[in-house]
Order: sequence, then C-alpha cells, then structure tokens
Amino acid sequence: MTNDELITKLKAIIAPYVQDEKAFENLTEDTDFINDLKVNSANLVDIILDIEDEFNIRLENEDMEKMLDVKAAMLIINTKLEA
Amino acid sequence: MKNRVVITGLGVVAPNGVGVPDFTKALKEGKSGITGHDNLKDFKFSCQIGGIPQISDEKKAQYFTDLQLRGFNSSGILYGCIAGIDAWKDAGFDMDSESQLDYDTGLIFGAATSGVEKFREAIYGVDDGNVRRLGSTVVLQTMASGVSAYLSGMLGLGNQVTTNSSACTTGTEALLMGYERIQNGKAKRMLVGSCSDHGPYIWGGFDAMRVMTYKHNESPEEGSRPMSATASGFVPGSGAGALLLESLESALERGAKIYAEVLGGEVNSGGQRQGGTLTAPNAEAVQRCIKKAVENSGITAKEIEVINGHLTATAKDALEIENWTKALNRSGTDFPFINSTKSMIGHCLAASGSIECVASIIQLKNQFVTPNINCEDLHLEIEALVDSNKIPTEKMDVNFDIIAKASFGFGDVNACVIFKKFSH
Repeated sequence: MTNDELITKLKAIIAPYVQDEKAFENLTEDTDFINDLKVNSANLVDIILDIEDEFNIRLENEDMEKMLDVKAAMLIINTKLEA
Repeated sequence: MKNRVVITGLGVVAPNGVGVPDFTKALKEGKSGITGHDNLKDFKFSCQIGGIPQISDEKKAQYFTDLQLRGFNSSGILYGCIAGIDAWKDAGFDMDSESQLDYDTGLIFGAATSGVEKFREAIYGVDDGNVRRLGSTVVLQTMASGVSAYLSGMLGLGNQVTTNSSACTTGTEALLMGYERIQNGKAKRMLVGSCSDHGPYIWGGFDAMRVMTYKHNESPEEGSRPMSATASGFVPGSGAGALLLESLESALERGAKIYAEVLGGEVNSGGQRQGGTLTAPNAEAVQRCIKKAVENSGITAKEIEVINGHLTATAKDALEIENWTKALNRSGTDFPFINSTKSMIGHCLAASGSIECVASIIQLKNQFVTPNINCEDLHLEIEALVDSNKIPTEKMDVNFDIIAKASFGFGDVNACVIFKKFSH
C-alpha cells in the first residue's frame, strides 16, 4: 500500500470524529488528531477500533498511546501489516 | 418572598404522538399508541403489547449529530433529548453548539435505568473477553444521568444539571425539584422531565411480576383500561416529557408565552409502613401527599376541578380513587373530573410523570378534559365513590383553572403537583 492509499483510508476512518473541517481538508502526515482536528480525546479509542476493523490488525494499549498524529498512525499500521 | 414559577415550554415524545401538536391532537381524539410487538411474543412475554413512540431516522438527524449517533443505542436518551430540545425551543430559545454558557438555567431530567440495550451489548462484550472493543460511549449511554449529560451539552446549560430517580414518580418529582430551585432563587429556569427506554429488557421484570395485562395481545388498543371493571394489569410504555420552568419575573421580562403556573406540590414516602410495601402504597401517606400539595399551593381542595391520576389499570386503581376522595374530602357528584393518560399511552414508567404533566398542561391550556378510553365499564368500587360523569369516556370541553397531577412509584414514593391557568 502506498502512503497516499494509506492516508486516504485513514481519512475515511477519521472523518466522522473530526471537529475542525478546515484542518481536515489540509491534512498532512504532521496533522495531530486532538490539537489540529479537535477530535474529542474519548473518541481516540473509537478510531483505534475502526482502524483495527479496516486493516484487520490488533492495536495494543502501547500503540494507542503513541497514535496521536497521522504520521504515528501510519507507522504503527505499516509495522503491524508487515508483521 | 419566594419566586412564582411558570411553564414556558413543553416537549413530549409519547407512544400516541411526538411533539406537542401531535400529542394534543391524540389526546383530544382519544388515540391509542399501544401496538403489538412480535419480539415480546418471540421472547414468550405474557404481555405482548406496549407503547413505543415512532421516531424516524430523519427526525433523529434533526436533533443529533452523526457522531452522536455512532454506536448509539439508548432509546430513553433519544426520547429525552428530543423532548428536552423541543421544550427549550418552544420557550423561544435556540439550540446552538456555539451558544454562550447559560448559568441561569439548570436541568433535572429523571430516568429509572439508562440505555438498557447498550448495557446488554456491553455485558456481552465483557463476557466474551472483549472489553477493549466496547467503544467510548458505553458509560455515557448507561449512566443514570446519561440523558442529562447529553441534553445539557446540546443546550449549554450551566446551573445545576442532574438526574433524579424515584421509579414511576420520577417525572413529577423532577418537576417539583426544579420548581423549588427556582422558587428559592437558585435558578431562573429549570428544564425538567424524565424518560424511559422501551423494549423487552426494561419491561421483562414487570412481566415476571405478572402486573402487566396478558388479556389483550390480540386487541392492543383495548389493553390499557384504567378504572375499568375489566382492567387486568398495566400496558408498558416508553418515551419522554419535558417542561421548561421559569421564574415569573424572567418569563415576563422575556415576553415569553406562559402555559400555566406551578402553584405548588408535595413529595413524600409511605416508608413501607401501614400497608405500604416495596410495591404497594401506604394509603395514609398518599392522602397526606395530596393534602399537603393542596395546602402548599395556597388553595382549598374545593378549587381542584380536574385530576390527572396515576391510575395504571391494576387492582390499585380503586384504592387510588378512594385516596383522592379522602384527601380532598369530596366524592360522588362533588368529585372533580378525573382521567388517566395511561389509557392511551400505557404506563411509561419513569417517563410517565413528565409525559402526564405535559398532558395536564395541554388540557389546562386548551380547556378540555381527555377521554378515558377503554373505561366504558367503570369499576363498581370506583362508581360507588365517584359519579360516573366525572370519569368521561369522551373528550369534554371544560372551562377550568386548576388541575392536580399525582404520580406514585415502587418503593412507596409519592408526588403531587397543582397547576393553575396563568393570570397576573
């Protein structure tokens, strides 16, 4: 999967939780879920579950703690997919 | 000097009508909201009928965001938020997620249980060793104060925000708690109400107690028969009612529409003494509650013209009527008109008090008394106490000023409130 494909998939997953549409339109690898997209911190667990379903992987509590921006999410997903 | 308290907004989600216009029409027509439910039959319930408000997906989307509806499975919170938002808008306010926090308005919205279907999902998840996948909203949907948490955030309310719970007294108690808070100058406005989930997991316990009727599975609309000789148990219902209470001063200042004044009321308990039990009322405490409500309202028992009773269609209806006759010291042709909204919507449990308070205000505002449907065969014990003309089976247009509403609940708890047509 290319990075672009991965970002497209991630965007679809994150979309329902985003509270700042403008930041979402300009999403890059550096975009932070809470600070930029204004995602309610409680919803981070829902994003994790949606990612698990989409990529058929399992994310541990440690993965979740690190998954605060797009770049980290991509890294963790790629690592799990390669494992 | 205590503040006078008036009602400036109404909202209702009832089995026979959603929204005040539809509910008013249904009350006038004596329309039943009771239908048969296949799932109750599949689950082998004795009582296979019930009252469930009809809410379309389009309607949900008018009140909730897509995000709020993700994984949402709490019918009580759904009904409560719709009724609460409707009451808020009816009183002339907007729902705006960017609104300034309103420290002058609080919320007391009652519930008996919350999100029982969501709770079931969570229990299955936990039992399967899958707690990590429950998602983020189980707590919010299943905590008793879930409805208050959702609603206060939608409206930006900054005064006291809480949930009360006192079984089938809940809604009427919520109203009286909000009333006292405004009376004592702690808030200008209190949005009060209550809600109840629907479905087998909430109704099952009552079916197990054999207190719901099993005789009308083929004739749902005839099932709820308060005060009837052939009453054979209550029919379960669900929904929500909401009322915006406001200090008279604030209402006049805003030029708000005023539905009625809350004159006063009383909440008490029979303490499960003198015949009272977990499920049966202490008659003396019920009478005391009514008497105190009259006294607190600064009126005499003679001034009550209409009563909206608790009257569930169980064997206790005659006892309730006897309690009213003793408390008011009025009987026969001297007794006020009395009706039970439950004949049309069933017993909406924790939501019953608030839905029926809304029904009481609608009757007072529009000067009519709703029909007691399914009461063509009045119970003989009741007929011995009260003239049958006082228990209308057809809608009656009546000019009246004062209506009393009472609710009673498991645990031997009582509430009674007196409403008056507003005049300066």
